[in-house]
Amino acid sequence: MKNSEPSIELGRRYRFSASHRLHTPQLSEEENQRVFGKCNNPHGHGHNYVLEVNFSGKVDSETGMIANLADLDAFVERQVLEEFDERSLNEDVPAFRAIVPTTENLCMEIYRRLQNFPHAKLERVRIQETGNNSFEYAGDNGEGNQS
Amino acid sequence: MVLLTRKIEFSASHRYHNPDFSAEENRRIFGKCNNPHGHGHNYTLEVTVAGEPDPVTGMVLDLKELKEILEREVMQRMDHRHLNYEVPELAGQIPTCENVARVIWQLLEPKIKRGRLHHVRLYESPDLFADCYRNGAAGAGK
Repeated sequence: MKNSEPSIELGRRYRFSASHRLHTPQLSEEENQRVFGKCNNPHGHGHNYVLEVNFSGKVDSETGMIANLADLDAFVERQVLEEFDERSLNEDVPAFRAIVPTTENLCMEIYRRLQNFPHAKLERVRIQETGNNSFEYAGDNGEGNQS
Repeated sequence: MVLLTRKIEFSASHRYHNPDFSAEENRRIFGKCNNPHGHGHNYTLEVTVAGEPDPVTGMVLDLKELKEILEREVMQRMDHRHLNYEVPELAGQIPTCENVARVIWQLLEPKIKRGRLHHVRLYESPDLFADCYRNGAAGAGK
């Protein structure tokens, strides 16, 4: 069995609801409208985001866990959900004062906020913006998994 | 290379408890999952096999064959069972999602002869899952 020992990751999903508006002062009003379409409407709009995070690490032989879920949940709550849930990403999250809160940028921002989890290694962040759109970021050198 | 995924669902009970820990430690580490009489989940298992489609049949492996392997190796062992007491492969391990996924990987890996087992994802609930990849495979455990 030894040679069939797989690599194991722990995956967890969280949900948050937030509003955003895709708009950049680097483009004219017309260009913003052309590039971002409806997402540029002046007062923003919201999504129910689903955040999926994967962590790798050794499965502790005493607990059977890569990381204790209570620790992980508290960390994600503190690092992300407290600041993002029921908020305006543009107004309430400092990172999005300078960059457009697309879900691509949101993945990278959340990755940055979660990469220092002390008990396991962050492998990737995947965000579903709607049931039909999802985005994934695995760090600058990450390729993600094809499945 | 083509990836083929089959999904199955099974229901099982389990309890997190390590006899080497005191009652207080078990409670502190495992929380509600340490409740004395256990609890259950509807597990969802996604099994992905990688390979080249056979030039004649167009299949990586026959889904019927995969279905039979999953029935024999997973359903018969785990469905409507208590994972702590009725699954010998889990004896002495806490039946966390990580450990159950690993045991499933180890049961399936030698049985899949056409194509190669590529990925096992076991959902304990819609919000908690474990992924297994071939050790050293691209994208896993970088």
